[in-house]
Amino acid sequence: MLNYIWFGMMFIGVVAGIFTGRIDEVTEAAIDMSKVAVQISIGLIGIMALWLGIMKIAEKSGLIQIIARGLKPITIRLFPDVPADHPAMGSIILNMSANMLGLGNAATPLGLKAMEELQELNPKKDTATNAMVMFLAINTSSVQLIVPATVVALMGVAASQIFITTILATLCSTITAVFMVKFLEKRKRFSVENAS
Amino acid sequence: MIESIVGSLNAGAKYIIPLLLVGIPFYALSVKKVKVYEVFVEGAKDGFTIAVRIIPYLVAILVAVGMFRASGALDLLLNFLAPVLNLIGFPPENLPLALMRPLSGSGSLGLLTDVVNEHGADSIYSKIGATMFGSSETTFYVLAVYFGSIGVTRSRHALVAGLTADMVGALAAVFFCKLLLG
Repeated sequence: MLNYIWFGMMFIGVVAGIFTGRIDEVTEAAIDMSKVAVQISIGLIGIMALWLGIMKIAEKSGLIQIIARGLKPITIRLFPDVPADHPAMGSIILNMSANMLGLGNAATPLGLKAMEELQELNPKKDTATNAMVMFLAINTSSVQLIVPATVVALMGVAASQIFITTILATLCSTITAVFMVKFLEKRKRFSVENAS
Repeated sequence: MIESIVGSLNAGAKYIIPLLLVGIPFYALSVKKVKVYEVFVEGAKDGFTIAVRIIPYLVAILVAVGMFRASGALDLLLNFLAPVLNLIGFPPENLPLALMRPLSGSGSLGLLTDVVNEHGADSIYSKIGATMFGSSETTFYVLAVYFGSIGVTRSRHALVAGLTADMVGALAAVFFCKLLLG
């Protein structure tokens, strides 16, 4: 899937670029974005180290396990393949909480930690598990309780009006994500054996 | 009522990170006698390896998205889609943002800024746009980084599910804004 989309975007980019006369911009974008990708990754090192350090303390002190136990009724339904007391559950919950509170900087390290812990349970290391896909679908549909600071800055007073609509739209997309994942994971096309 | 809730939520948000940074070690040190400094450093070491591991995946995705964006293919797609979306009451003003949102965070913020500058923050287009922006994530980026960090290359149904949810979120943003704020 990603193979076709990845190639497709570049292919369409080049064809459309020739067609619209913007082929120079296409070339420039390819080179610039490869630099941006490295800048983003390198920029993550500090924040990652900070949150992973704090997380390790939370884990050693048993805090994560306490949180994971509290939310067990929900998480065992969403992630039936993950043992309820597995550390991945704690990281997943913390990532979702950070996203809900709009703490993007904290959310990424917590999410990557969750992926690493889910990978421990994965028998086929190059293929996503049902739990990983569920986690990412919920993550990308972004359950957010706080309007992002950038939007507040942009919208001014009107920002408070979109509080309710944002929560409602988010709710719709998250519910869709959960049902789509549950529906698709049983399809033969997306099975672990046929994975692409 | 809503204003005061939003106000206090956003005002409270700035305390969350400092409280977590001090609260977690406090609990660990005082209740569980954890060696917080040593444990912190042990955990922090992973930060470097994870950040470096995602570089190739991020390069792949961002380059493809960048080429697609720069080519103007989005505008061609817009001309093609606009008549269809008009039928269901989806404003063409918000279509670029809806298409850009899963691809690029900075790109979609730029498009939202355009809409606000052109129509004003009080216009329905700005409200729809801001709702779309706030209710969705950069799906391609998240998938690349998260799967990349653990070396998963076969993502199965993740992209289909994520993009379907994005689409429903964008439609819901239009629906609820027109219903409640229109």
